[in-house]
Amino acid sequence: MDWGTLQDVLGGVNKHSTSIGKIWLTVLFIFRIMILVVAAERVWGDEQQDFVCNTLQPGCRNVCYDHFFPISHIRLWALQLIFVSTPALLVAMHVAYTKHEKKRRMRHGEKIDIEELKNVRFHIRGPLWWTYTSSIFCRLVFEAIFMYVFYYMYDGYQMPRLVKCNAWPCPNTVDCFVSRPTEKTTFTIFMLAVSGICMMLNLAELCYLVLKVCMREPRKTT
Amino acid sequence: MSWGFLRDLLSGVNKYSTGIGRIWVAIVFMFRLLVYVAAAENIWKYEHDEFECNIKQPGCENVCFDHFFPVSHIRLWALQLIIVSTPSLLVVFHVAYRENREKHNQKPYRNPGKIDGGLLCTYLISLILKTGFEIVFLVLFYKLYNGFKIPRLVKCDIRPCPNTVDCYISKPTEKMIFLYFLLATSCLCIILNLSELSYLIFKHSTKCYLKKYMKKQQ
Repeated sequence: MDWGTLQDVLGGVNKHSTSIGKIWLTVLFIFRIMILVVAAERVWGDEQQDFVCNTLQPGCRNVCYDHFFPISHIRLWALQLIFVSTPALLVAMHVAYTKHEKKRRMRHGEKIDIEELKNVRFHIRGPLWWTYTSSIFCRLVFEAIFMYVFYYMYDGYQMPRLVKCNAWPCPNTVDCFVSRPTEKTTFTIFMLAVSGICMMLNLAELCYLVLKVCMREPRKTT
Repeated sequence: MSWGFLRDLLSGVNKYSTGIGRIWVAIVFMFRLLVYVAAAENIWKYEHDEFECNIKQPGCENVCFDHFFPVSHIRLWALQLIIVSTPSLLVVFHVAYRENREKHNQKPYRNPGKIDGGLLCTYLISLILKTGFEIVFLVLFYKLYNGFKIPRLVKCDIRPCPNTVDCYISKPTEKMIFLYFLLATSCLCIILNLSELSYLIFKHSTKCYLKKYMKKQQ
C-alpha cells in the first residue's frame, strides 16, 4: 500500500477528464509524487540525526529541532498531495453512481449494453460538470492553503544553514546547524514551482469548462 | 504481505456497501491508510534512538522510554486500522455463502448482492462492531497517554536512573499534529458508521411498515 493505490484511483478518473486534466495528472505523478518518493524523502531522511547543536546539553537538540520544524517539509508535501488528489474522488463517485443508475435501469427492462457501460466515457455536462468544476475549485483552494502554510511556518521558502535556539534546557543561545540546507532549498523551490504549474493548469481547466458551457448556451438558444 | 491485503479486502467489500459505506472506505484509504504509510510511519521511525535523557547511566533511557511508551502510538494506529477494517470480513463471508447456496440451487436469491434479510443483519452487526472498535481504540489512546498531547519533556525516576531525570521526546509537535489528525478521521468514521446504521434501520423499517400496510389494505 503506497502511492500506487492513489495512482489507481486517479487513473480511473483520468478517463473522464479533459485534456488539461490529463496533463495535470501527469505533472502530479511525475513531478510531484515521483520526486517526493525517489528524491525528496532521501534528502530529508536524516534531518534530525544530522541536526547538530553546539552544546553537549542533552535534550537541547530535540527541543530546538521541534521548535524550528513543528512539521517537516516532507510530511507537509505528503499531506498536500493527498488533499489535492482527494477532490478527484468526488468525480469518481459521481461516475460510479451514474453507472449504477444505468445498471438499475437495465435491470428494469431498458436495453443497455453491459460491455459498452464498462468502457463508456461520460461527457462533462449537466450534474457531472458541477461535480468536476467543484473538484477543480477544491484542488485550487487546497494548493493555495498549503503554499500559505509553508510560507507562514518557515518564514519563506529558504532553508537556513544556522538557527539560533534558546529554548529550555539549552543553557544560553545555542547555534544549531541544519543538514543539507542548499539541497533542501532547491527541492522546496522545485516543489513550489510545480505546485504553481498545477494551480495554473487547474485555473486553465476551470476557465475552459466555464467557456465551454457559455458557448453551448447561445448555440442552444439560436 | 502488507497493507495491500487490507486495500484489496476493503475494495472487495465496496461492491456490497451503501453510498455512505463507500465514502467510509474512501476516507479509510486516503486519510488514514495512505497518511499512515506515506507520512506518519516515518515520524515515529527513530523514536527510541532520538529519545534522550539527561544522564549517562546505562539502561536509564531504555527503562524510561519503556515506561512512558508501553505501546508506541504508531503501533496502536496500525492495530486500529486493521481491527476496524476486519468486521467487513463478516459481510464478505456472508455474501460468499449466499453465492455458494445460489450455485448449488438450494435457495435461489432474488439478488445475492443486495442488502436484505440475513445480509442486512450481518451488515448492521459489522457497522456496530466497527464503531465499537473505533471507540475502544480512542479510549485506549486517551488512557495510555493521558490525552492526546505529547510533552517535550518527561521526568523519570525509575531504577536504574539515580534520581529524577529529564528525558526529551523527539518531534513532539509533529507527532501531536498527526495524532489529532488520527483523532479527527476516527471521529469522522464513527459519524459515518452511525449515519449508515440509522439510514439502513430507517429504510428497512419503512419498507416493512409499508408492506404490512399494503397487506392490511388487501
